Amino acid sequence: MQNNLLEGLKEHENKLLTIWSQILQESGAGDGAMEEEESKEFASLFLSALSKSENAQEFEKVHDLIVGIASSRGKRGFSPRENAEYLISFKQAASQILSELIKDPAQLYEANLKLNEILDNMTIMTFEAFMKGREDIISRQIDEISEISTPVIAVWDGIVALPIIGTLDSSRTQIVMENLLQQIVDTGSSIAILDISGVPAVDSLVAQHLIKTVSATRLMGAECIISGIRPEIAQTVVHLGIDLTGIITKASLASALQTAFDMLQLNVVKRKVIVG
Amino acid sequence: MTTITNNKEEALIVREQDVVPLRNRVKEYGVKVGMSILNQTKLITATSELVRNLLKYGGGGKVIIESVSNGRDNGVRVTFIDNGPGIADITLAMKDGYSTGKSLGLGLPGTKRLVNEFDIKSELGNGTTVTITKWKNG
Repeated sequence: MQNNLLEGLKEHENKLLTIWSQILQESGAGDGAMEEEESKEFASLFLSALSKSENAQEFEKVHDLIVGIASSRGKRGFSPRENAEYLISFKQAASQILSELIKDPAQLYEANLKLNEILDNMTIMTFEAFMKGREDIISRQIDEISEISTPVIAVWDGIVALPIIGTLDSSRTQIVMENLLQQIVDTGSSIAILDISGVPAVDSLVAQHLIKTVSATRLMGAECIISGIRPEIAQTVVHLGIDLTGIITKASLASALQTAFDMLQLNVVKRKVIVG
Repeated sequence: MTTITNNKEEALIVREQDVVPLRNRVKEYGVKVGMSILNQTKLITATSELVRNLLKYGGGGKVIIESVSNGRDNGVRVTFIDNGPGIADITLAMKDGYSTGKSLGLGLPGTKRLVNEFDIKSELGNGTTVTITKWKNG
């Protein structure tokens, strides 16, 4: 049994830990107290798993532990390279002890091979854990962005505004439309302003989405104004041949709001200051 | 008139998420040759139209961005290559308001109006290649 070759390691756990932390300190991949705890836990679990290696479940525990260590090191600012070096130095320490324990070259070779196989697999796992941590962050950010990027603002009694920033694709439009229509119902608004100042380009698909949003708003009995049409966007839309004549469009949010006030027959006047 | 390619890069387009980075790259090329905001916007809108066609009808493909020069003027050339089903009738596809999908049917004819040079080659079953060029002062 090959694993018996590695079992000798168990009796030298303390020596193994000493050599390991030495290598870690020399390579600069270590960070002191916190790591000592982790290393101790890892070494003892790893060694006990070795002696019971018939049982795959034992190794699963070690795998869980190393994944945990890798992601906690990741959060503490270690690079994936340093995580890999952490395990590789453990391997160096273990094979150093093995070469003292086993004198027969053939057996030593067997033992090292086995050790490599187990620990290389774990090194790969630390990379995977690191990547997974990053992916979790990215997908959380995507969710957050799509949520914060479509705020519906009640600017006045009966007027809601929705500033759109970034590219309008099909899924985004769906969210925008849903939010807008819901807000029209919730606030009982009769005018909605869609501000596209933050949309970098209006191509025919974006225009089609805008037209659909306006039609849906009208079906709900509200009027929709599109504002924030920049000069270059206006010219591009004309060259593309998109017909927006049925839609009220304004250059700025301010003029859209003014139009909305007119529609609601509201008048904003400067207060007269009476002197004396 | 000969045109010289100064700088060139390729991008693979397979998902809708690839559209925005590509558009940004094209815009950077436009900025580098000193295009006005209007021409930049026209160029990226044209790019946006064609790359959506590439995804929708061609099932994804390759885009080549080049900064080109003809001696008098500098510009950006973008080539869209797909291996999709191809276009049966190019004359019809170039007509305003014609679409086999459910879009406005302005993509191809509108794009042609936005750029200075427009070239389309398509063979049924062999995919479509569209090349557009926008000059800095065009």
